[in-house]
Amino acid sequence: MTAPRKKRREAFLLGNEAVVEGALAAGCTFYAGYPITPSTEIMECMAKRLPHVPDGAFIQMEDEIASMGAVIGASLAGRKAMTATSGPGFSLMQEQIGYAAMTETPLVLVNVMRGGASTGLPTSPGQGDVQQARWGAHGDHPIIVLSAADVPECVEMTVTAFNFAEKYRSPVILLLDEITAHTREKIELPEPGDFEVFSRLTPTMPPEWYKPYEETMRGVPPMPPIGSGYRFHVTGLTHDPLGFPTSRPEEVRALTERQFRKIDRFFEDIQIVEHVETADAEVVVIAYGCVARSARLAVKQAREAGVRAGLLVLKTLYPFPRRHVEPLLRNCRLAVVPELNMGQLSREVKRVNEGYTTVRTINRIDGQIITPSQILKEIA
Amino acid sequence: MAEITQLIHQYLRHNKKFPLVFCPGCGHGIVLGSLVRSVHALGLPKDDVVIVAGIGCSGRIAAYVDFNTVHTTHGRALTVATGIKMANPKLTVIAVMGDGDAFSIGGNHLIHAARRNIGVTALVLNNFIYGMTGGQCSSTTPEGAYSHTCPQGQLESAFDIVELTRAAGAAGVSRGTVYHVKELDALLAEAISRPGFNLVEALTPCFTQYGRGNGFKSAVEMFKWLKASCLPVERYEKLEDRTGKLPIGTFVRRDVAGLETRWANMRQALAAKKGGAA
Repeated sequence: MTAPRKKRREAFLLGNEAVVEGALAAGCTFYAGYPITPSTEIMECMAKRLPHVPDGAFIQMEDEIASMGAVIGASLAGRKAMTATSGPGFSLMQEQIGYAAMTETPLVLVNVMRGGASTGLPTSPGQGDVQQARWGAHGDHPIIVLSAADVPECVEMTVTAFNFAEKYRSPVILLLDEITAHTREKIELPEPGDFEVFSRLTPTMPPEWYKPYEETMRGVPPMPPIGSGYRFHVTGLTHDPLGFPTSRPEEVRALTERQFRKIDRFFEDIQIVEHVETADAEVVVIAYGCVARSARLAVKQAREAGVRAGLLVLKTLYPFPRRHVEPLLRNCRLAVVPELNMGQLSREVKRVNEGYTTVRTINRIDGQIITPSQILKEIA
Repeated sequence: MAEITQLIHQYLRHNKKFPLVFCPGCGHGIVLGSLVRSVHALGLPKDDVVIVAGIGCSGRIAAYVDFNTVHTTHGRALTVATGIKMANPKLTVIAVMGDGDAFSIGGNHLIHAARRNIGVTALVLNNFIYGMTGGQCSSTTPEGAYSHTCPQGQLESAFDIVELTRAAGAAGVSRGTVYHVKELDALLAEAISRPGFNLVEALTPCFTQYGRGNGFKSAVEMFKWLKASCLPVERYEKLEDRTGKLPIGTFVRRDVAGLETRWANMRQALAAKKGGAA
């Protein structure tokens, strides 16, 4: 006879608080940040929790640029490190996102999206940072962008974000929206062993053999923490396998191509989606974040009304999960992309569609959510 | 000479492509030497030393030395250094920056690093000019001096780095020059050993981008200018006429624990409280 399963700890948490649970479950021990609505609860919660975590460190920096700098420094020193922000801070972080991508420094950045450009609508939801998350830092660089739609997903996708950051030595951006971040839901708190947790590969060869940016099978070179006896050079300049600046065309090409390949080769692992009744769908809704929750109800109601509707929830936004989207577009008469912006992820859907089927967008930019009935009107 | 050769073999990277990027007459190589000599004098293991550099001529120093080296973005060296020190307080973290790096684009990071007294040494190579981009004025270009972006003479006044960092609360503030090398070695070693945030400003001439446009006939003349105008702060303070003179030496010595130590103490106290209650 097996012992009765221990009752799991439950909590009534904000999406932002759930992010902290996910981060700690993933092994995060370092947080640097700057307060900004609507992400601040992540920082406040980290300030309370990290002093009690073995080796935990927390620091409030002077701005978002500095926050990212500190996160990069901590990651180079071997920590799993993160920061969180919202639109205006996200714009300031772009410089360092590019540096993290170029130097292949693992980190997690949570951007709780609010409405509008500039200071915009600080306390309202938006999804206007999707294209910026992909292309905000200058120059060609790969990046991983994830999203979450509810509180349990905030835990799960934060763990995933850390896992991807460590596995692929890449900055990972988790896009939330004000609704998801500020919705309080009951969840079961993660216990050790609930999630598979990855840590970066460290070198096993003697230090004198180590080449920090060497080509490897996976395209992801091992990464020792600073101070562990492997002395090497890290630079945002285009570098050779030893890490030193280079402008030799063949070395420049090899570096950039490897950086893209290390992500491109693992689409199967990285691109996470959820199919809801898409197998026979003639109308497909493609959504992410809080809008996916409205879409879920709309699709259910459309089914009840006799419309063969389906929903594809994108949990990975970039690399754009073309392999999941394209087959659906080939088999439906209508695809609907509801978003809290003027049409950002729908650009990707239209690009993949190549004019094959009708793609309709629902765009809302007034700081209000897209309701199930608004979506239902378009699909039924 | 044999001693210098030994230091070169011990502290400069064998796999790095030399020669240095610095122009003839540049003082940066001397500061690089000072950095190596002070680390050597303190007997710090190479594995425990981290050089975090910014962007500009000074930033290139990081690539040549056989420590853990991080060449960051423009002005952000101190932010990355802060993260490294908080993550691993056992490391000796030295941020190497230029004047544009530390006082212009990175000015906010500098005053906050000083205010929070993170245990990092800031070594600022002040050449009064943006050298790498071809000679534009910086926030330390003296009033009236010429550069490509102030061809009629600088109208703005320069930062007094010593007063700025002193006011911000740094544990240590000092200034040296590449003419007074022995003194610079000592200042740097002292700064690295003192807890909290320590700034060393090293005056280093840029003949190519600054000297030529400001009436200096040669790099040697710039070194002679350093010799003639800089004097120890103790003597400087006794001067009646201080025009054209610059004090060098240590200006601030405060006894403060670095932020990383205060953080560790707080965590220890928390753990003790928790243990006591149980």
